Amino acid sequence: MKKTAFIGALTVAGLMAGAAAAATLDDVKARGKLNCGVNTGLAGFSAPNASGEWEGFDVAMCRAVAGAIFGDGTAVEFVPTTGKTRFTALASGEVDMLSRVTTWTFSRDVDLKFSFAAVTYYDGQGFLAPKSLGVSSAKELDGATVCIQTGTTTELNLADFFRKNNMSYEPVPVETNAEGQQQYLAGACDVYTTDASGLAATRATFENPGDHVVLPEIISKEPLTPLVRHGDDEWGDVVRQTMFALIAAEELGITSANIDALSATPGNNPEINRLLGTEGNLGEMLGLSADWAKNAIKVGGNYGEIFETTIGENTAIGLARGLNALWTDGGLQYAPPFR
Amino acid sequence: MTTSIDPPAASFKLSMLIYDTRYRSITFQTIALIAFLIFIGWLFNNTAQNLADLGKEPSFGFMTEQAGYDINQRLIDYNSQSTHLRAAFVGLLNTLLIAVLGCITATIVGVLVGVLRLSGNWLIARLMTVYVEMFRNVPVLMWIVLCMAILIESLPSPRDFRGETPEASMMLFDSVAITNRGVYIPEPLFSRGLGDVSVGGVFGISLDLIAVLIVLGAGLYGAAKIRKRADVIQNATGVRPRTWHTRLAVVFVPLIILLVALGFHLGYPALKGFNFQGGTHMRNSLIALWLALSLYTAAFIAEIVRAGILAISGGQTEAAAALGIRPGRIMSLVVLPQALRVIIPPLISQYLNLTKNSSLAIAVGYMDITGTLMGITLNQTGRELETVLMGMLVYLAISLSISSVMNWYNSRVKLVER
Repeated sequence: MKKTAFIGALTVAGLMAGAAAAATLDDVKARGKLNCGVNTGLAGFSAPNASGEWEGFDVAMCRAVAGAIFGDGTAVEFVPTTGKTRFTALASGEVDMLSRVTTWTFSRDVDLKFSFAAVTYYDGQGFLAPKSLGVSSAKELDGATVCIQTGTTTELNLADFFRKNNMSYEPVPVETNAEGQQQYLAGACDVYTTDASGLAATRATFENPGDHVVLPEIISKEPLTPLVRHGDDEWGDVVRQTMFALIAAEELGITSANIDALSATPGNNPEINRLLGTEGNLGEMLGLSADWAKNAIKVGGNYGEIFETTIGENTAIGLARGLNALWTDGGLQYAPPFR
Repeated sequence: MTTSIDPPAASFKLSMLIYDTRYRSITFQTIALIAFLIFIGWLFNNTAQNLADLGKEPSFGFMTEQAGYDINQRLIDYNSQSTHLRAAFVGLLNTLLIAVLGCITATIVGVLVGVLRLSGNWLIARLMTVYVEMFRNVPVLMWIVLCMAILIESLPSPRDFRGETPEASMMLFDSVAITNRGVYIPEPLFSRGLGDVSVGGVFGISLDLIAVLIVLGAGLYGAAKIRKRADVIQNATGVRPRTWHTRLAVVFVPLIILLVALGFHLGYPALKGFNFQGGTHMRNSLIALWLALSLYTAAFIAEIVRAGILAISGGQTEAAAALGIRPGRIMSLVVLPQALRVIIPPLISQYLNLTKNSSLAIAVGYMDITGTLMGITLNQTGRELETVLMGMLVYLAISLSISSVMNWYNSRVKLVER
C-alpha cells in the first residue's frame, strides 16, 4: 500500500511535468477553449455571480485572451485555485494561464520558472482593522494577532515588516479569504492583512463596511500580474500583448462603444489601424487572426472600462485608479508601441 | 514398464520453464518482477526527465535557505530567519504533539464510551450509541471545522475582558482566560532554574523539565518496588501491609523538595495590549483539532473496545461474580485484561489513523508538518516533488514507529500459547 502511494505520487509528478512542454497556443486552439486559473472567490477580481458566471477584473483578463484567440470571450474554462494550488496547477498544465491576483516576484519568475505577462494591477499589502480597535497606524500593531492567508507573499512581507519595526505579532494562518473574513469578524484576530485591493473587496462584503478601516501603511509592492509557464514564449507573447492591447486601447480612445466603427474602415491614426488589424500584420505575427485585438477589446472593453465595471469607484469595491491610471494621467499603466 | 524416480539431470529443456510445474511459478514470478521493475524504472526516468526539461532537477538545497515566514505555535526556538529545515522540524513537533494528545484522549474517551455502551442502564447505553454513530458517520474534517467555528463564534474575544464592566471575565481566581483566540492557562516558571541543555546545537531542552521527570520516574519506580514487596509479604503471610502512605511519600516528597529548590511558581496570563500575555497559550486551532480528532477516533475505539469485551465469554463474568468479585473489579481484573488481546491490534490502526488525520490541520490553520513543509515551504520554494516526498517519508516514519511500539505492547499482552 505504501509502495503504491509512492508510485502514484511519482506518476502524478511525471504526468504533470509531461504535459508542460508542448506548444500551448496550438493546444488551446485544438481544445477550443482557454483554461484559466482564477481565485476561488474574491469579490471584484474573480467570483461567480448569482447565475454562476465568473465575473471580475482577473476574469475579464482571461476573457480578453480567449477573445483574442477565438473571437469569443466565453470560450474559457475557469479553474478556481487557492494560494497553495495555483502554481502547481499552472506548472502541471492544468491551466494555460493564471490570472489570480498573483504578485510578480524574482523567485517566482526565476526559480519557479514562470513568465509574467504584464502588470494588470499595481497593489500593495495593507491592514484592515475595526475602528473600535483604536489603531490609526500599522506601527501601533505591536503584539497584535494578525489573520493572514498562507502560501502568499503577504506572509513574507508581514514577517519582514514586524521584524523591521522590531514588533512582535501572532500570525493566524487561514486557507482562504472567506475563512480570514470569518475569523476577523469574530474578533479571533485584531487585524486582517492582504493586498489593499483585496482588503477593499473584502470590506465591501461586510454588513457595516464603515466600521472598518484600511490602515494608511502599505508595506509592500505587489504588482499583480497574469502569468504563464516558462519556455513557451509564443504563448507568453499572446497573453502579454493582449494585456497591452487593452491598455493601449484606453490610451488611444478605443472603447467598446466605438470599436466597431473604428475597425470597419482604416482611419487616419496608423497605430489604431495596426492594433485593430486594418493595417499591417501584427495578428499574423502572433499566430492569431488579424482582428485579434479588436476581439479582445470587444469582450469587456478597454483596460479602463474593465477597471470601472469590476473594481472601480462606482462598484461596491470602490477602488480609485491611483497607480493604475494610464501613464498619461500620472499612473503606471503603459503599453509599448504597436508596430 | 519401468518408471524412473529421478529425472535425468541433463535433460533440462527451455520449454520446461513453462510446461514443468516445478519451474512454472518461478518463471512467471520472475517475468512479473522484471516487468514491475521496468515500470518503476520508467516512472523514475520519466519523472526525472520531465523535471529536467522544466529546469527543475530534484534538489534539497532549499531546505537550508532562510524560510522567511513566522509560525505561531512553536515548541522550539524559531523565527523568520530560520531555515526551511527548522520550519519543517517545528511542524513535525506540532504534528507529534497533536498525535500524542489525541491518542491519549481518544483512548480514555473510547474505553469509557465502549464500556458504558454495554451498560445495563438503558439511557447511558443509548446516549453512547448516539455519540458513536454521530461521530463515526460524519467526515472528520467537518468535525474539525465545526469545533473551530464554535470556538471562534461562541467565546468572547480579548476585547470583551476590558473596561469597567467587562462582558467576560477570567476563571479560577483570575488564572485562566478562555477567549476565541485560545485558552490561556498559568505556566510553570522556575526562579532558580537550571537553564537549557543544547541537543546537537539544534534545539534546547529545559534541564528543569529533565530533573522533574527523573525525580518523578525514580519516585514511581520506588513506589512500584514497595508495592512488589507488599505482594511478596501478602503471598507469604496472607496479610497485606498498608503501604499507600509510604508510596505517596516516595513519589511526592522528593518532587516537592525539588520544585521548592528550583523556585517553582506559576506565571499568570494578563491582558496587555491587544492580547493576553504570559501563561501558556493553547491556541484555538490546537484545541479544535485535538477535540475533533480525539472525539472522532474515540468513536471507533469505543466500538473496538465493545467488540473486545463481547469477545470474552459471559462465563468468565459469571464465574468471577460467583467468586464474589464486584462488577467494577470484574471489568478491570477479569474482562478487560483478556479483552486487550482482541483490542490492541485494531487499536494500532486507529492510532495511525489519528496521526494521519492530523494532516487536516490546515483547515483550522494549525501549523503541523503539512502546513509548514508541505504548505508554506512548498509554496515559497515551488519544490512540490521534494517537499511532498519528504512529508510522506515523515508520516511513514511516524506511523511505523507507532505501530512497532504498539506491536511490542501487543506481544506482551497477547495470549501465550504452548
